[in-house]
Amino acid sequence: MSATTDHPIEQVGGVTAKYVDQRLGSNKFLGRNLGKVFPDHWSFMLGEIALYSFIVVLLTGTFLTLFYDPSMVEVVYNGAYVPLKGVEMSQAYASTLDISFEVRGGLLIRQMHHWSALIFVAAIAVHMFRVFFTGAFRKPREFNWLVGVGLTALALGAGFTGYSLPDDLLSGTGLQIIRGILQSIPLVGTWSAFLMFGGEFPGTEIIPRLYAAHILLIPGLLLGLISAHLMMVWTQKHTQFPGPGRTNSNVVGYPLLPVYMAKAGGFFFIVFGIIALIGGLVTVNPIWIFGPYMPDQVSAGTQPDWYIGWLDGALRLMPNWESVIAGFTISWNVLIPSVIIPGILFTALAFYPFLEAWATGDKREHNLLERPRNAPVRTSIGVVAIVFYGILWIGGGNDIIATTFDLSFNALAWTLRVLLIAAPPIAFVVTKRICLGLQRKDREKLLHGYESGRVLRLPHGEFIEVHQPLNYKELAVISAKEDLPVLPAPVKTDSDGVRNPHYRVDQLRHKVSSFFLRDNIERPTDAEIEAGQAHAAHSAALEAPLNEYELQDEDPVGHGGVLHHPGMPLTNQEQIDQRQQ
Amino acid sequence: MKFLSARRRNPFVAVLLLVAALGAVGITFSTVSNIQPAQAALGTQTQVEEGKKLYLEGCSSCHALNAQGTMNGPTLLGVGAASVHFQVATGRMPLAAPGAQATAKEPSYDPEQIAALTAYIASLAPGPAMPTAEDLDYSDADVAEGGVLFRINCAQCHQAAGQGGALTQGKYAPSLMEATPQEIYEAMVSGPQSMPVFSNETLPIEDKKAVTAYIMALQEAPSPGGLSLGRLGPVVEGLFMWVAVFAALIAAAVWIGIKAR
Repeated sequence: MSATTDHPIEQVGGVTAKYVDQRLGSNKFLGRNLGKVFPDHWSFMLGEIALYSFIVVLLTGTFLTLFYDPSMVEVVYNGAYVPLKGVEMSQAYASTLDISFEVRGGLLIRQMHHWSALIFVAAIAVHMFRVFFTGAFRKPREFNWLVGVGLTALALGAGFTGYSLPDDLLSGTGLQIIRGILQSIPLVGTWSAFLMFGGEFPGTEIIPRLYAAHILLIPGLLLGLISAHLMMVWTQKHTQFPGPGRTNSNVVGYPLLPVYMAKAGGFFFIVFGIIALIGGLVTVNPIWIFGPYMPDQVSAGTQPDWYIGWLDGALRLMPNWESVIAGFTISWNVLIPSVIIPGILFTALAFYPFLEAWATGDKREHNLLERPRNAPVRTSIGVVAIVFYGILWIGGGNDIIATTFDLSFNALAWTLRVLLIAAPPIAFVVTKRICLGLQRKDREKLLHGYESGRVLRLPHGEFIEVHQPLNYKELAVISAKEDLPVLPAPVKTDSDGVRNPHYRVDQLRHKVSSFFLRDNIERPTDAEIEAGQAHAAHSAALEAPLNEYELQDEDPVGHGGVLHHPGMPLTNQEQIDQRQQ
Repeated sequence: MKFLSARRRNPFVAVLLLVAALGAVGITFSTVSNIQPAQAALGTQTQVEEGKKLYLEGCSSCHALNAQGTMNGPTLLGVGAASVHFQVATGRMPLAAPGAQATAKEPSYDPEQIAALTAYIASLAPGPAMPTAEDLDYSDADVAEGGVLFRINCAQCHQAAGQGGALTQGKYAPSLMEATPQEIYEAMVSGPQSMPVFSNETLPIEDKKAVTAYIMALQEAPSPGGLSLGRLGPVVEGLFMWVAVFAALIAAAVWIGIKAR
């Protein structure tokens, strides 16, 4: 909590601030908030990338609405693009062609819109990784995690509705798949498909409907939820990584004004600039190549945008299972990969913070982030999810991969099927082992300091490796580890013979808790750490007399068995001094 | 007559009549229709003899001494000049190696030898002929109409931008970005590998010219949006976004983060 009163707003805004304050009374509010302190770390800016690319999406999208016509009326194209002249197409597709070829700057804006949408979802995903792997979702931030999951789902929806609007061959094929997915839902499938499309596919309704969702409904919800997301960050304060002076009840960083105003503002322009650059230089979705959508046409290599690719991959990898129950066909081959698997994944994503809190019995507030190694099971679950997702994602591009690398499409599909089942458990075990190994190393460092790599021969002939005490930053980071005990196994009946009514739930909870926590490498006590660091300092000090001796020596090469000479690493004392600074 | 009338209710009569009727229809159709005009006299006698020699040296081990085919190679009787020219001039034949399908490479024969081989195979049995210069003149063809035909007939394997696509078991539809009008025509009439035959009955010459014109337009098409990324669609776009763009954004974030220390 650095002082906020150091930045009186009058000084910053001067006359203008006074003028505004006399009318709005805003100085008190601004003075309190503009000095708000935020912690600093590059990974805290991933969410900013999402926010800024969303702003670019909104700006460019507004421009596109001025020229796009969401109509499925058939027209004969007579525009600038010769290879489509005289071809029948929907007004939606024709107007997208006009934006691309006739509206001034239209293609640039359209490409910026598409690229920034791709970046928006990517930034959300990576931001979510950061939040997950550092445990930032823990109490008191579970609701904000839920808002984030909602934002992710909405972002996918925004992307998919936008992908469908140009009504080119790719987008129409995508809609056809969506219709198939809807139809696969038992009982209500066919009805919902007819409801969504307003009749038979493709009909004349779907584009205007998607347009309403794409430019009003979804962005409106996104804006509302983003506001809620940021307000919660504001009131709950941003989490910080452990470090010197950082505790669970303070925030160490820089004030919003001027530091973060400048940083965030600058980063906005960097993001905007990069998007504008690739929007101008790199083609995205060249709809004129794909042609207008016709239900009797499909192109090889038809793909969704990257964020839907994993669902397409799930659909591609699924074996062709179907069953007929009481005269109704259940298409497991569509239902499982495109309804059940994403349903399970999103539900698990939403409930994870609550599941973990239940399993670990952790009810404390956490404003300090946890290093991924210190929560091995969480980290492993995250890696499992990424591996599972990644394999489905590769599956979504399996035809492109097959032709690019001269592979058999079928062999690739089978390899991915096997990997989809086999790789996640391996990923779990490997990740957990790595985490535990790192925990052991941390413990060693706390107990003995770090290995300097220098071997010392003592006067009586013994060889020792010199250990050095940790510097204060590393010591603060490593010793911030918190251990949680495994929840105790419940008793069936207590000493008075009363039956525990929650025995089964408690037993399950005990087992889950054990799964999460039993392999934890305990952090040494503060006294042990202190003793360990002192011992390391002592070991380092053994080397000190030699260094002093050497420093006095005029000609270090002159005596045999030189330990240090110019050009060798710094002496211990020098290093310690440097670290203390 | 008595012989016939006595047996006219025999159960086999119906079958016999059916066979006779179908045969008559078939024979009539093949004489009336102009399917694949016979092209026996395509090359000179010298070419045929030269071709035979080349054939026996380079092709007969798989396609058999009289081109009737073996377990390792299909019969070449009736494949026609178009097919031979397509396969040999694109280097697909002779096969580089056994595999899912023949891959295009540098041709093993020079144009004269290819002409000789073509003449020899065409002399064995009639089949689709090589296109004339007029067949290949697409200058008056309707490109947009070709685009519609391309998307209906070709795009599901060769991809909407003609970049090619995957088929089953390692087979693939090749990219059309290097194809010449003659190769396109020959592929359509001969249906090499997994490709269906688009004979002049199913896809008239005028339509073939339109398709050719569209493929040529695709080959020459500029990329108004900047770097084309191979026109392979969203997979490559996503890859580019992650590997180049997102990496740059994270690098910027790290840079800003480092400055704070």
